[in-house]
Amino acid sequence: MDPGYDPEMPLGRPLQGLDGIEGAASGLPSDRLVLRRFVLRSLRRSPTFLTGAGILLFWIVMAAVSTHLTKFGPDSIDPYHTLAGPSGLHWFGTDENGRDVLSRTLAGARTVLVIAPLATLLCLLMGGTIGLIAGFFKGYADEILMRFVDVLLSLPVIIAAIVIVTVLGHSLPNIILTIAILFTAPVARTIRSAVVSEREKEYVQAARLRGEHAPYIMGAEILPNILGPIIVEGTVRLGYAVFTAATLSFLGFGLTAPSPDWGLTISNDYQYIQGSWWTVLFPAMALASLVVGANLLADGLRKALEE
Amino acid sequence: MSSHGVDGAALSRPSETSADARSSAPVLAIDDLHVTFVRHDRDLPVVKGVSLEIGPGETYGLVGESGCGKTTMALALMRYLPGNGRVEHGSITFDGDDMLTMSGERLREGRGTKLGMVYQDPTTALNPSIRVGNQIAEVFRSHFGLSKAEAHERARLSLEKVAMPDPGVVLQRYPFQLSGGQQQRVVIAMALAGDPRLLVLDEPTTGLDATVEAEVLDLISELRERIDAAILLISHNLGLVARMCQRVGVMYAGLLVEDGPARELFTDPRHPYTMRLLRCVPRFGARKDQSTLVPIPGFLPRLGAPLPGCVFAPRCELVQRECRQREPDLFPWPGPTPDPGSEPVDGTPRHARCYFSDRVPGMAASVAVPATAGGSASAANGPIMPGTLVVAGQSLGVDHLSKVFKDGRRRIVAVDDVTIEVGEGEILGLVGESGSGKTTLANCVTGLLTADGGALRFAGAPLPDSVSKRGAGTLRAIQMVFQNPDATLNPAWTAGGILSRAVGRLGGLSGEARRQRVDELARRVRVEEQHLEAKPTELSGGQKQRVAIARAFAGKPALVVCDEPASALDVSVQASILNLLAELQVTEGVSYIFISHDLAVVRYLSDRIAVMYLAKLMELGGAEEIFTPPHHPYTEALMSAIPTLDFDHPSERIPLGGPVPSLSAPPSGCRFHTRCHRFLGDLCVNETPPWREVAPGHNCLCHIEPAELRELQLAQLRDRGAR
Repeated sequence: MDPGYDPEMPLGRPLQGLDGIEGAASGLPSDRLVLRRFVLRSLRRSPTFLTGAGILLFWIVMAAVSTHLTKFGPDSIDPYHTLAGPSGLHWFGTDENGRDVLSRTLAGARTVLVIAPLATLLCLLMGGTIGLIAGFFKGYADEILMRFVDVLLSLPVIIAAIVIVTVLGHSLPNIILTIAILFTAPVARTIRSAVVSEREKEYVQAARLRGEHAPYIMGAEILPNILGPIIVEGTVRLGYAVFTAATLSFLGFGLTAPSPDWGLTISNDYQYIQGSWWTVLFPAMALASLVVGANLLADGLRKALEE
Repeated sequence: MSSHGVDGAALSRPSETSADARSSAPVLAIDDLHVTFVRHDRDLPVVKGVSLEIGPGETYGLVGESGCGKTTMALALMRYLPGNGRVEHGSITFDGDDMLTMSGERLREGRGTKLGMVYQDPTTALNPSIRVGNQIAEVFRSHFGLSKAEAHERARLSLEKVAMPDPGVVLQRYPFQLSGGQQQRVVIAMALAGDPRLLVLDEPTTGLDATVEAEVLDLISELRERIDAAILLISHNLGLVARMCQRVGVMYAGLLVEDGPARELFTDPRHPYTMRLLRCVPRFGARKDQSTLVPIPGFLPRLGAPLPGCVFAPRCELVQRECRQREPDLFPWPGPTPDPGSEPVDGTPRHARCYFSDRVPGMAASVAVPATAGGSASAANGPIMPGTLVVAGQSLGVDHLSKVFKDGRRRIVAVDDVTIEVGEGEILGLVGESGSGKTTLANCVTGLLTADGGALRFAGAPLPDSVSKRGAGTLRAIQMVFQNPDATLNPAWTAGGILSRAVGRLGGLSGEARRQRVDELARRVRVEEQHLEAKPTELSGGQKQRVAIARAFAGKPALVVCDEPASALDVSVQASILNLLAELQVTEGVSYIFISHDLAVVRYLSDRIAVMYLAKLMELGGAEEIFTPPHHPYTEALMSAIPTLDFDHPSERIPLGGPVPSLSAPPSGCRFHTRCHRFLGDLCVNETPPWREVAPGHNCLCHIEPAELRELQLAQLRDRGAR
């Protein structure tokens, strides 16, 4: 295709008076707005992104207000209905303590929506810094940091997580930290490769020629131009973080009873799955929907940013 | 290919008596073709009614700036339009068949056999993981059902047909093991495999070195004589089209604005756009003090913008009221006085889409560069006189500089013992093929790369070899303008922000003074105030390069290294950038190191020129001395490789034999001996030539005595003139 014909490029603005060389008085809206509008519009039109955003929004709202919507509190016990199947009273049935599965499933979003985003932010911060430094300085710094990252990547995730949690102790901040440490390595790799391709660009050389210092070049010149991959990587990690948090809870290294956390609930109740499938099915579906939602969001974002 | 013969491959310009060729049925007939692209739910017309015919054995050139729809035409006629493009209207008749309604099966057959296409970039046209032989054989196996052995034999023959040295060896190679010129030969061999009736060449040499380009062009013109195919050559390079084609069509904004025989069209253009295009290109031999390049003001019209009148009207200085009201037809020239009602007479060889074709030759005299918004740029309005500037002393000294890259165990000497001086207020042109070390040398000067040997001096004091060791004053004084306008500005920043930062860092200004200096710089490079708010993605290539130039000038530098600053731009924009650089050099009194592979541009701008080959300096001297004998045989070959618009003095190419040797194992003795057409024998192989003084300030690395060299070269020139 003719490279020059892209209408997003300012090929021609109506000329209002010749300014001698290449004049371009412009009465049209700025192309930057067009471009930003275009990204937003392609997001609005992407069913992938919209579905993902919808699922995520649903769980965020539920985490915030579900206790005001449901008839029962997540921890309130109905001693007359234990392990009761779905009914008009308890739509999703009850668990072995007579707690309402619907209320607990909705409220279970709360813990995971605290753990996953915080862990994601933390891993972006740590992995981003490592990737930026390794990619920018290359040489020894790169070798040392990336071999450290390789070591992290070579550990089986769950085993490493269990070890870290055991060392640090079971608490919400420690679980967040554990997940963040585990995800630092893949984030660092992604960011590093983005930095490596960016640092050879001529505007970086121009900055060096101005005598700019390395932190400035990394932060002000390169970072704004790798936000795309960072955002995409962040949403991908969000899905994995949800998943890992649930896995840790399931294995007993995460949150403890009586939290309505999904992983924990599945772990406690899977012994009843033969007769009382509802105790496990609904939290499991909730968990799956959140992971799928985060992944759809990531896919949609990536497509819109790549276009 | 022999490297010894002195007589070059005779360059025959296409005969202009193509009437007999055209009288038979055309191979390709395009009639009123309209192509539309859908983008963001809008229909954008890219080709708006183009008609042309190419007869057997005829070469038709299509020229125009990027974005004019040339490539879209080619894609449409191959039925290769991307999914969002469609032919809206019109017909394409190829060899008697309607291309647009042809079934998929017949189309596939036709593409391999009767239709050959050569794209711009040979590296992407060849599959890197399949041996060359198998790729060519594939054509014979799938289209002619030949056996494996037969197909390979045919592949070898087809490589011989395109004059590939050692075809047997090349067949066994992978594409990356071949040079760019060889790769393009393979692509052409594949396109010719089925004895096509039509060969479409889309920018076949863009991105190749001048010497390789000449090699490919020689091949095409030679093939033109031997095969009876029609050739459609698409290029933005006017010289190339003038050299290769019998007839030429000039495209602008999706329309053919002028067509006719190449010689007449280029020597006596009858459409203002053609005229303006020709005046954007430095004529070979022209100097900045003798002539100015005249860029075309304004931009291509935006795709889909409503244009009631002539498409070129907004940029045309001959514009009248009727031009804006009604689109002119493609009037015959010379014809009856063109009045809007008259029908074009069929059979006339020339057409121009202009009401005032008769006034076009007068443009040359009447053109005046309109005054600019900023008052400070008055120097733009006249020819620039570098002679008025007194060269007051040495600005930069490069002493025995070397730079070595290590790749595993291989040592690649990219710059080998180069000694150059740049005077104050002087423009030093740096030329050579790609891989000659030009950019590495420039990066060593700016300190982006650290030299491994030798020393740098600047303004009388030693110059630290790396940016990190240079003080603020030195950083300010040595700046650079880069090649790629799309990467030179940080896309996350606004143009104003970029300039402001540069003024702050390099000019040491802050607050109101800083703002004023940014405005002043913007005026200087003629970037409009509103564009300071814009981010680079919203600026055109030329505007980006202007901002980049302003950035380099932020701290009032003394030396600016320009690394191919205009080569990625269209000719009309290139002219304005070259003018700007020439103007700033005078008003700011800076020195340039100006790197370019385009000899005409270097000759136009430079005071002195350095010629590099394989990391070594081959010749150094005043700009005009370099271009007149005696000069180094390499310079001689480089010069002869340039396709020019000069029809009366056709250039005769001196073939550079053999491939460019590897830098990791450079040839012994004289580095150029493997390709030199004036090769003397053992002397050149065994001994490093002396750095002979040809004239004061003009040195040359050659074993041949300057006087003898001069005789040889003048004799060849005379010989050429006599032919």
